[in-house]
Amino acid sequence: MPAALEIDRVSHSFGAVEALKDVSLTVPGSGFTALLGVNGAGKTTLFSLITRLYNNSSGVIRVAGYDLRRQPAQALARLGVVFQSRAMDADLTVRQNLAYHASLHGIPRRQAAGRIGEMLAQVGLEGKAGDRVSSLSGGQQRRAEIARALIHQPDILLLDEATVGLDVKSRAEVLELTRDLIARNGVSVLWATHLMDEIQPGDDLVILHRGEVLRRGTATEIAGQRGLTQAFLDLTGVAA
Amino acid sequence: MSDIAFPPRAWFTAFLGIARRETLRFVNQRGRFLAALVRPLVWLFIFAAGFRAVLGLSITEPYQTYVLYEVYVTPGLCAMIQLFNGMQSSLSMVYDRETGAMRTLLVSPFPRWFLLGAKLIAGVVVSVIQVYTFLAIAWFWDVRPPISGYLAVLPALILSGLMLGAMGLFLSSAIRQLENFAGVMNFVIFPMFFASSALYPLWRMRESSTILHDICAFNPFTHAVELIRFALYMQVNWLSLGVVLGCLAGFFGAAVFMYDPAKGLWARRKGRA
Repeated sequence: MPAALEIDRVSHSFGAVEALKDVSLTVPGSGFTALLGVNGAGKTTLFSLITRLYNNSSGVIRVAGYDLRRQPAQALARLGVVFQSRAMDADLTVRQNLAYHASLHGIPRRQAAGRIGEMLAQVGLEGKAGDRVSSLSGGQQRRAEIARALIHQPDILLLDEATVGLDVKSRAEVLELTRDLIARNGVSVLWATHLMDEIQPGDDLVILHRGEVLRRGTATEIAGQRGLTQAFLDLTGVAA
Repeated sequence: MSDIAFPPRAWFTAFLGIARRETLRFVNQRGRFLAALVRPLVWLFIFAAGFRAVLGLSITEPYQTYVLYEVYVTPGLCAMIQLFNGMQSSLSMVYDRETGAMRTLLVSPFPRWFLLGAKLIAGVVVSVIQVYTFLAIAWFWDVRPPISGYLAVLPALILSGLMLGAMGLFLSSAIRQLENFAGVMNFVIFPMFFASSALYPLWRMRESSTILHDICAFNPFTHAVELIRFALYMQVNWLSLGVVLGCLAGFFGAAVFMYDPAKGLWARRKGRA
């Protein structure tokens, strides 16, 4: 199976501040890859480059084999994204938000209607389609965003700190839902987080710190005998 | 993007989706429609009535005879509706950027010129509906251009709406925060409106100041007003048409440039998308 996402020697600066330095990583065609880093590590900048909100001027980003710079339409069509900050129109209903997103991928209305029902059922929001987004809880909004990100059947789903601001129960539900979607839809997931308890031993793990990839491997390999938290602290030099 | 593989139907679907969202937002904000209508009506019913006696107008093109001041200001008020609508769109773009909703639009695989263009056209449709509602009310206030003028003004309204909307798009790319929007009111909307032929003919302006006259003649909003004024009376002001088309191309080109991740200010901006 080809890689869902390949990032090869990508750097990015904001003026004199180097936010990403020669970042390389690969996300396989299916499964859960965690991008672990403290706040300010460069996770959101990397996501902004992958989603073409920023232009990648150095290095190569390929989504499902498509070069983001040369074939942006094909690459973006295969990406589903849940941003760190909520990005749904609060005044519209869940169905209207999802239909809007489907249209932005050129999906005809009738086909979109079917997929909306299907996706909302998958995320457990089938009874909320007609509700305004503003009336949903934080966890429900996140689940609606995940449904929206999957409406165009992407190869890879990017989630940027998707559990930030959620209570413990909602956090667990969103994480469980995401892992469930991998099993059910075969989608590949890149999960950016700063919370180590969201990572399971078998997950692929990339540790990003101060714009650099410090380690890549499975969580078990990286944790070794020390445990993941200690390994992370040792690698990054961040005080416990 | 040079590699679009979408069939024509997909482009149409995307356009309809953007237009539908704009319409839904508009319907959800009924106060916005009312405000857009009340503003020019206040000018027509109160301001124009008050100034009717003060401001004498000799015969001015395209009018064939002396006209009431209310008749003179109506095209300017039509353009004012479109100016405010363009700025409202700009405001909603900045709001979308602050709330993160803008990202949904920008990560679409369709090219940004198309996404921005679709948003622009959807906004113009709304503003044209507002203008026709205003003209219908003004008819009862003795502002009665020829019936065919109501049809002839449509292309002029579309072009002026597109130009002012494109200006709003361009401004939205340059405004960093919602709070800065008050500055747009003070430095863009008011000067554009008052330094134009919306409220007084340019020859009147020349009588008081040549420099001010030249500024008004240079103002793209003046040409939007004149394009509408002439079209309402079944004529074409070619200079205004040229200026409006040129400004439309310029503002829209600048907006697309600014929203391009590789070129515009966004390329150098952190944490805003």
